[in-house]
Amino acid sequence: MQVGKSVKRVDAYDKVTGRAKYTADICPKDTYVARIVHSTIAHGRVLKIDTSEAERVEGVVKILTCFDVPDIEFGTAGHPWTTNPEHQDIADRKLMNEHVRYYGDEVAAVIAKDEVAATRAARLVRVEYEKYPHVLDPLEAIQEGMPVIHEAFPDNILGHSSIREGNYQEAIREPGLIKIEGWYSTPSVQHSQIENHICYAYMEGGDRVTVVASTQIPHITRRITAQALGLPWGKVRVIKPYIGGGFGNKQDALYEPLCAWLCTQVGGHPVMIDSTREETFVSSRVRHAMRSHIISWVRPDGTFAARKMKVWSDQGAYASHGHGVVAKGMGAFPQIYPCPNVECDCWTVYTNKPSAGAMRGYGIPQTMFHNESHIDDIVTKLNMDPVEFRRKNSMPVGYVDPFSKNELYDDSFNQCMTKAEALLNFNRKRKLYANQTGPVRRGVGMALFWYNTAVWPISIETSACRMILNADGSIQLMLGETEIGQGQDTAAAQMAAQVLGVSYKDVHVVSTQDTDVTPYGSGAYASRQTYVGGFAIAQTGRILKEKILKHAHRLTRMPVDIIDIKDSWIVRKEDGRRLISLETLATETLYDIKHSEHIAAESTYSVQSNAYSFGASFAEVEVDIPLCHVRLLGLVNVHDCGNLINPQLAEAQVHGGMSMGIGFGLYEKMLFDEKSGRMLNDNLLDYKLPTTMDHPDIIADFVENPEPTSPFGTKALGEPPACSPAPAIRNAILNATGVAINDIPINPDQLFESFRDAGLLEGE
Amino acid sequence: MYDIQHYYEAKSVEDAIRLRVEHPEAVIISGGSDILISIRSGDLAGCSLISIHGLDTLRGVSLDPDDTLRIGALTSFSHLMKDPLILEHIPVLAEAAGKVGGPQIRNIGTVGGNVCNGVTSADTASTLLAFDAEAELQGQKGKRRVPLTAFYKGPRRVDIEKDEIMTALLISSKAYKDYAGCYIKYAKRAAMDIATSGCSVNVKLTPGKDAIEYARVAFGVSGPVPIRISSAEEAVQGKPLTEETIELFAEHVRAGINPRTSWRASRDFRIQIQLEMARRCLRRSIERAGGEIVG
Ligand SMILES: Cc1cc2nc3c(=O)[nH]c(=O)nc-3n(C[C@H](O)[C@H](O)[C@H](O)COP(=O)(O)OP(=O)(O)OC[C@H]3O[C@@H](n4cnc5c(N)ncnc54)[C@H](O)[C@@H]3O)c2cc1C
Repeated sequence: MQVGKSVKRVDAYDKVTGRAKYTADICPKDTYVARIVHSTIAHGRVLKIDTSEAERVEGVVKILTCFDVPDIEFGTAGHPWTTNPEHQDIADRKLMNEHVRYYGDEVAAVIAKDEVAATRAARLVRVEYEKYPHVLDPLEAIQEGMPVIHEAFPDNILGHSSIREGNYQEAIREPGLIKIEGWYSTPSVQHSQIENHICYAYMEGGDRVTVVASTQIPHITRRITAQALGLPWGKVRVIKPYIGGGFGNKQDALYEPLCAWLCTQVGGHPVMIDSTREETFVSSRVRHAMRSHIISWVRPDGTFAARKMKVWSDQGAYASHGHGVVAKGMGAFPQIYPCPNVECDCWTVYTNKPSAGAMRGYGIPQTMFHNESHIDDIVTKLNMDPVEFRRKNSMPVGYVDPFSKNELYDDSFNQCMTKAEALLNFNRKRKLYANQTGPVRRGVGMALFWYNTAVWPISIETSACRMILNADGSIQLMLGETEIGQGQDTAAAQMAAQVLGVSYKDVHVVSTQDTDVTPYGSGAYASRQTYVGGFAIAQTGRILKEKILKHAHRLTRMPVDIIDIKDSWIVRKEDGRRLISLETLATETLYDIKHSEHIAAESTYSVQSNAYSFGASFAEVEVDIPLCHVRLLGLVNVHDCGNLINPQLAEAQVHGGMSMGIGFGLYEKMLFDEKSGRMLNDNLLDYKLPTTMDHPDIIADFVENPEPTSPFGTKALGEPPACSPAPAIRNAILNATGVAINDIPINPDQLFESFRDAGLLEGE
Repeated sequence: MYDIQHYYEAKSVEDAIRLRVEHPEAVIISGGSDILISIRSGDLAGCSLISIHGLDTLRGVSLDPDDTLRIGALTSFSHLMKDPLILEHIPVLAEAAGKVGGPQIRNIGTVGGNVCNGVTSADTASTLLAFDAEAELQGQKGKRRVPLTAFYKGPRRVDIEKDEIMTALLISSKAYKDYAGCYIKYAKRAAMDIATSGCSVNVKLTPGKDAIEYARVAFGVSGPVPIRISSAEEAVQGKPLTEETIELFAEHVRAGINPRTSWRASRDFRIQIQLEMARRCLRRSIERAGGEIVG
């Protein structure tokens, strides 16, 4: 077996020794550096840009402004293209914008011979604005008389969708129902991946432009870059080397289009845009802040009569991934705890803030916090057990989503809860912590999460793969699906090896995607690559194997259907006899004087299914009330993501996601100055990303129910780990202190406000 | 790539003073962990630097003939954490140094830089202040000493003349003998953070260990510069080791602190935690001095 084993990462040595090359490592020495001049107002129009002083700085090559860019509006979301105009992403921005819509919008770019000159000159560019009023809060932005951020959306509402099941109004009349109601909110947070967004562009081959970029989605970025520049798609080439993380931030065209255009303006000389951390915070993408109002009508026995949810999602200045994010988040609500009478509405609202895009979990961490906090509010009110309540109400086995046809084949929720309960010793601790007084108290809490793999049937799900048999019997594997640190290349090697009957060590994954040579794959997002890429690998592997066996037949005279490949040998199935090694076969075939053939296979798989991927988080905290401080003592995540291709990588993936969940629940929040719209904490000192010292020993475990639709029995794991830690921690704090905190992060400031309101702090 | 105009490297303290006089516009760089941040942010972009990083005579801790603790201005936090004299005489300074940033910053950052930078959140400043430390400065006219309370003139403003550098921080034996202390750093995460507030308390107990002979308390981020709260110190002088004394202390601390609201934290929140830190620091200091709190 090549899958299901914790083999070493195929890129481990390169990454540990520093041999792995990232964008900054490979850009030519004489590359020009572009620095961007960002808007210093949240909303308004650029009237004039004076570059005269900046141009005098030694080393400056050229300065371009929002008045110079092509008059083309484009969308940036890293979604696969659709030929249906109604489903295309909203095109609402130019390369640089005269109408600036947030503090940090791009208004000019200085191209210089080095970073110091570019930075000096950028500081000297004088921009004159006409100021408009701005609005930072989505619930305000939808009020009458608010500033219009995009003319095409006069009410600032980018999208609205609803779900109606049964009859909510009718159902709430049932006598004896208990109404539980709450407002819950989650903040704008940022991916904070190690490698800031970076790209460089150069021209060659006449008028073709190449962009080397730290991106999750090379093929999509190529399309968007071409659209933004008004070029035929074939004129653009995107190359993706190793990247230092993305978490969805780089599932968007960020500065690739601008960089490509700047390059065309200096005769095709290489130009680089290397974002600072501050720019990554403000001018890339963030997670949509969301605010929910939830009402549940519950019977005294703990069953639901009717439920209602309204969610407002903060889009920020530009559409990016737009309404799809909250729509996905809301979609989980009626499914995780099915109830016959449901009303849901969600809105995505433009504000004068950094643009929200994709971020690990795509709306689910937000609405899971809202929903799972609300569930514990119900449990508290009804004095029920949180695990029992969820066992009673969560999605039952056999549930089928009428839209996606997703089916819950196994009892994932219950199995995950059982395992996590035992790992944290939840029930015993809950009893132990029942009646605490005193300044320092402990508590336990838990939460479930709902997730589904990939994006079918909302968008296409397609992946193409190419395999080439080398003369030594090893395989070259090329896939559009990208390695972004998660271990994709290793999983792909293992899956290919499994299909072909070779060792994963003999599968050479071409890690770099180059749109000139790499087959199409949509890239790293939606936790899709192992699932979707798996289909393409399985199918292409079968084609390659068929070709190999045909040659084996020629060389060994054995009928194709009695032979197979095992451990890189052609074997006779019946008695296991080794007939010819794959190496000999490959060499003989390539160098055959008459029949020479380069054995290769390439195919596309268009996936028409999708899979649920569920799990749970269980948390234990210690709360120091007078110091307004929470210490996380333990956190357990248990996932049913189907078969594990590489258990150790899976565990690492879960650890990383849990860490993000901890940051989301307790630490991270982007803060904005009301008056100017400027982000206040745009650096890693003031933006409180948790450190290793803030983590307990976190535990990741799995329930492995093979996913029947997947050739390898696998389903989503990339994003799910980040979906449920925050509500589990919130519920643990509720358990410890009796205080229900509905706004995250539950940082010291928040704890102070909440404890003071609850009367837990001694008065002044 | 840092935007630095000129870089001058001092070979000795005298050389550093000469460079200061020759290049009055240039800024001293020691470990650089504050300066480089300002250069990158643009505040000091294009500045010239005088590096004193190579002045090894200013590194380390020693005892002067009169038992004054001499802490070289270039002593790193990591060094402070392990220095035998510090651990013997004023272990709370090692405790405070250990709260700085992370291992890399503790290796590069210097105690002199921490104080000369002139910010209220500096982790070693409140403890130094609470031990009546003095700054030793050397210039063209020779050496002079300034108590830290006077050294701080305002946010980012300290008493260093154009021709001077700080050579050491001094703590007299009277100030440290028989004192035990405690430092609590309150930050929003457990490492790599600037103090939301820092509290350093130390006490000397009566010979019978049943009352406070003298207590001192200093706060970071309770005002524009690190401050002492003398009314609280006086209030508990001679008082028994009881919870009542601790409350009395907290009451006076309350009257003495004056934190402000910023987007980083509200005044009310800072008051809440500073009072609690004062209580816990005093309790801890008493325990460390060998006392036992009753009631
Ligand atoms: C990631 C990070 C984390 C940090 N965490 C903390 C923390 O937790 N707690 C904390 O207190 N600080 C922290 N700091 C700030 C910094 O590390 C400390 O203030 C450190 O003590 C500065 O010392 P330095 O030698 O690096 O100073 P430098 O940057 O070299 O100098 C600082 C200032 O002091 C002046 N100066 C330095 N030495 C002398 C001298 N001998 N004579 C005259 N002037 C001098 C310089 O001109 C400059 O104005 C952190 C910094 C970073 C980058």
